[in-house]
Amino acid sequence: MSPFLLFLLLLVLSVAGFFIGRYKALDLARKAGGASRLHSRPVYYGVLTALWCCLPAFFLFLLWLGFEQSIVSSLVIADLPAELRSLPPERFNVLVNDIQSLANGNIVSGKVTRQMRAAAAHYVRLQDIGTMITSVFVLVAASAGMVLVHRRIKPELRARNQVEMVVMGVLVVCSTIAIFTTIGIVLSILYEAVRFFQQVPVTDFLFGLEWSPQMAIREDQVGSSGAFGAVPVFAGTILISAIAMLVAAPVGLMSAIFLSEYASKQLRAVAKPLLEVLAGIPTVVYGFFAALVVAPMIRASGAQIGIDVSSESALAAGLVMGVMIIPFVSSLSDDVINAVPQSLRDGAYSVGATRSETIKHVLVPAALPGIVGGLLLAVSRAIGETMIVVMAAGLSANLTANPFQAVTTVTVQIVTLLVGDQEFDSPKTLAAFALGLVLFVGTLFLNVIALTVVRKYREKYE
Amino acid sequence: MQEVLKKNPTEKRILAPRESRKTIGNITVPKPRMVCRNVNVHYGDKQAIRNVSIDIGRNEVLAMIGPSGCGKSTFLRCLNRMNDTIDSCHVTGEILFDGRNIYDASVDVVPLRAQIGMVFQKPNPFPKSIYENIAWAPRIHGIVESKSDADEIVETSLQKAGLWEEVKERLDQPGTSLSGGQQQRLCIARAIAVSPEVILMDEPCSALDPIATAKIEDLIEELRTQYTIAIVTHSMQQASRVSQRTAFFHLGDLIEVGTTETIFTKPSHQLTEDYITGRYG
Repeated sequence: MSPFLLFLLLLVLSVAGFFIGRYKALDLARKAGGASRLHSRPVYYGVLTALWCCLPAFFLFLLWLGFEQSIVSSLVIADLPAELRSLPPERFNVLVNDIQSLANGNIVSGKVTRQMRAAAAHYVRLQDIGTMITSVFVLVAASAGMVLVHRRIKPELRARNQVEMVVMGVLVVCSTIAIFTTIGIVLSILYEAVRFFQQVPVTDFLFGLEWSPQMAIREDQVGSSGAFGAVPVFAGTILISAIAMLVAAPVGLMSAIFLSEYASKQLRAVAKPLLEVLAGIPTVVYGFFAALVVAPMIRASGAQIGIDVSSESALAAGLVMGVMIIPFVSSLSDDVINAVPQSLRDGAYSVGATRSETIKHVLVPAALPGIVGGLLLAVSRAIGETMIVVMAAGLSANLTANPFQAVTTVTVQIVTLLVGDQEFDSPKTLAAFALGLVLFVGTLFLNVIALTVVRKYREKYE
Repeated sequence: MQEVLKKNPTEKRILAPRESRKTIGNITVPKPRMVCRNVNVHYGDKQAIRNVSIDIGRNEVLAMIGPSGCGKSTFLRCLNRMNDTIDSCHVTGEILFDGRNIYDASVDVVPLRAQIGMVFQKPNPFPKSIYENIAWAPRIHGIVESKSDADEIVETSLQKAGLWEEVKERLDQPGTSLSGGQQQRLCIARAIAVSPEVILMDEPCSALDPIATAKIEDLIEELRTQYTIAIVTHSMQQASRVSQRTAFFHLGDLIEVGTTETIFTKPSHQLTEDYITGRYG
């Protein structure tokens, strides 16, 4: 029986369980004189029955899926002829892999022998038997769960409380998924980064001023020895993010103030979604806009006033990135300024404050936590942005504060290091993870600072 | 009118064009501070105030009473053009302040509101320190220049509002850290700080307990010597305690005006009598 079919059957059983449970509850209610005699509403008895029907069976099924391969493999290995089992470990592993591939109809590494074919057939047979047994177990567990609960259904049974406990469990699991994912990401980056730091000293990486990760991977290859000083890369990220924020913060904040305080309702209803469209444009599109329109424009106007601008410049990438993140600042700030109670505006107007004084001294301070949140979101977008920088700012790791030169950023370097076929024991590839780790720590630090600022300036208002 | 009723029987309460009822009692006072004549207020299509005419005297407390939705708060907000912040609101008629129509195109609403201050139903201190709550408005108006000027105005305003002794040790704490009654007195101090001539109060005690209410009422009594005060209240006792004249509103009409004593002892209109004796509203 295929897993999908089993799944379907389980679903059908659960639905049946729901109706059976509810029917019994209704029946009991009728005999006892009204649904109010039951502890819970009848639907909870139904849901409880369905849950007992599907949850244990489902876990049993997952358990089998988790252990299927190792159980079947060890059984097959035990039945292999002695001369195959006495192979050296690495050849033996290849053989086991080949048997598995053969059984699943995949490509095999070498010549297929008669013994391997027999083992594969054995493998398939064991797999089938296993699946069959599991299916039976699962269906038995489902029915048993259903019958058990069905027998327990009495007016006193606290079905609602039990269902709510399961629901709470589901909520807990959902909320921990994000946390565990983060931990998993951190661990995986950390593992590779540590391998990198075994080959390149941490101080060289953090304080080195030269970034040139290309290195010879074969003896006869001509290549530089590789320099992994990350300072130019981080400087590029900071430069471009700073330019982007110089554009996005004032423009976004001012458009938010216009939208929330000056614009009429009709204008706001049209203008706000239009602004948010900016956030929906793919970054690649921004990228070629930056490379094909903005960068040449900056170069031409730079040439006119006698400044030497390279065709790929930090300024072009930063400006376009700034435009891209305007909606993050404006939309969020607009929401929080709007959420400042009308009573505060009334209070300011009633002492004869002008609209601009009210905005500067009352509304913006009151909305500051939200505004900082919006700015922070924009900063993290700017730091994480890749496509625009690849296309408009270039790949050369110049250590410069001159926005008219080409620079590169952390994310761009990560991409270039990992694109294509790479070997995972070369510092060149592992450097990507070190960059990622430092970037992660940096944004974490930024978040902590912002949270502290927000907490310090948060004023309670009602 | 009969036709309208027949066509739209369910909407008659909104649509029926009703003649405004004539106000009973003497609406004028000698040497008035504010003179309102034939004031009409519309919110979109809905009329909230009909042909209200009344004078507000110097150094008097005018109480405005009436059932919820009768338009008394709307009328109060007309007096310093707070209704300008509501898009759909439209005011006609004449409101003279020291002889000048405040709805005249030549009047700048910003200095006007500094002259006619307002205290709201819910205390609304700014998200700033107690000191800044009061010093801010005088500073933006250029009333104070130096730090010592500001210190002085903060102290005198808080003293007039009867709050100085309670907060003088913690002027740097946020205004929102005070209790409800203290916050409301802070708002009164904030209004006083820009030296207004009129103070409008929109149910200033409805969110306060009896002790805080008593303090505010004492304060109103003291402030009357320097300011003109118009107060909207739901409490009959409060109106009779703090005011010299009382105006009774009903469904957008000003029904009756008179001295507080007359209104509460010998009301002329049946609606007024029903309302103050608690039979209606």
